[in-house]
Amino acid sequence: MSHLSLPITRQRPLDPPDEVSGLRQQGAMHRMTFADGHLGWLVTGYAAARAVLAHPHFSNRPDRLHPLVPNRMELAKRGKTPVPRGFFLRMDPPGHTRYRKLLTGQFTVRRMKMLEPRIAEIADACLDEMEAAGGPLDLVESFALPIPSLVICELLGVPYEDRAQFQADSEILLNLETEAEKALAAMGRISAYLYELIQRKREEPADDLLSGLVEGGELDDEELTGVAFLLLVAGHETTANMLGLGTYALLINPDQLAAMRDDPSVAENGVEELLRYLTIIHLGPLRSALEDVEIEGKLIKAGETVAVHLPVANRDPERFPDGDRLDVARPAGGHLTFGHGIHQCLGQQLARAEMRIAFPALLRRLPGLRLAVSPEEVPMRSDMSIYGVHRLPVTW
Amino acid sequence: MKIKADTSVCIGAGMCALTAPEVFDQSEEDGTVVLLQESPPEDLEEASRRAVTLCPSGALSLE
Repeated sequence: MSHLSLPITRQRPLDPPDEVSGLRQQGAMHRMTFADGHLGWLVTGYAAARAVLAHPHFSNRPDRLHPLVPNRMELAKRGKTPVPRGFFLRMDPPGHTRYRKLLTGQFTVRRMKMLEPRIAEIADACLDEMEAAGGPLDLVESFALPIPSLVICELLGVPYEDRAQFQADSEILLNLETEAEKALAAMGRISAYLYELIQRKREEPADDLLSGLVEGGELDDEELTGVAFLLLVAGHETTANMLGLGTYALLINPDQLAAMRDDPSVAENGVEELLRYLTIIHLGPLRSALEDVEIEGKLIKAGETVAVHLPVANRDPERFPDGDRLDVARPAGGHLTFGHGIHQCLGQQLARAEMRIAFPALLRRLPGLRLAVSPEEVPMRSDMSIYGVHRLPVTW
Repeated sequence: MKIKADTSVCIGAGMCALTAPEVFDQSEEDGTVVLLQESPPEDLEEASRRAVTLCPSGALSLE
């Protein structure tokens, strides 16, 4: 008996593949074959997705997970995917707990609110430069990437001037086509750079997060490198893609754009709706059952890998009626874009602060903002593990 | 309504402090949940309930 393998080709750039959305009619849990032939599960329902992600009997360790797409299979075939020490996202408790607790105090709602004036300054500076240069230009390069990049660099204490290399390496890592050898080399370069930076922080501590962790003395240099790696890459690629893809979505939905621009009370919820509607984490997350677990009446056996399809779960009509429509006024809280359970995004309050400032700032400063190419010509990041637009040519 | 918070499983995601800031805060030291009022008044019950539902780690419960 043959089983489904994961459809990844989208018929329309902002909607998940029709084949996956269509599965909903057959239930929330589906048998699916992974890239290495493993017979596991695909989750398409909202409640089931939450149940899997919050369940203590599911592991996020890569050596237990079967790969969803072939390139990760290359890495998995090496016996185990290399997880640098300190890379707590890919750990289970209690190892995960130790790192997470060390960091949560740095990313609280209150701390992130304190960063807002600086984020606004950075956004304004990007817009000044855009206005001075004049359109058309690439919004990713001029706005969507520099804002989160500069913010995370300042927060961590990573020199922004060094960004060219680690941004290029992070692109290599997230590209689904990248061969294992090249991915490992890129990973090695980022790690070497950050390891050296940690040494400098030890000699000359500054008022930044990495210096604070060094001085805290809880983590050794290798662990600090892993933590810094995770925060730097996660801090770049997520908000940057949300700002790029979110602007694209608003530009092709002018009534939604107008609501985000003209009504400050809409912007906050509008950001949640963009997070839900766009769900840029389009492949996975994956979990592997440590023991037999029953979810929505289906028995997941120990050792089986489960892929949670967040874009489809976030449009589950039982949770979000008419979920295929972008509606910045709908109550969108409770979406799963930041995940759920113990690995829920550490930086989510930073991402929210960045988006709540950046979207309205852009739309108000450049009320005539429009695509400089036809919507079909915008290159989508179907080839990357985080979805978005590669470039967004705009003018005003 | 009475809320219980278990800081030992809290991961400091901040969903509660974001959803019902009058009821929940986060510790300055480790970001874990600080319960500002155990039994919130009626006008804060809905937001508190929502915060409990949104909690990703199961640190919050209702009694």
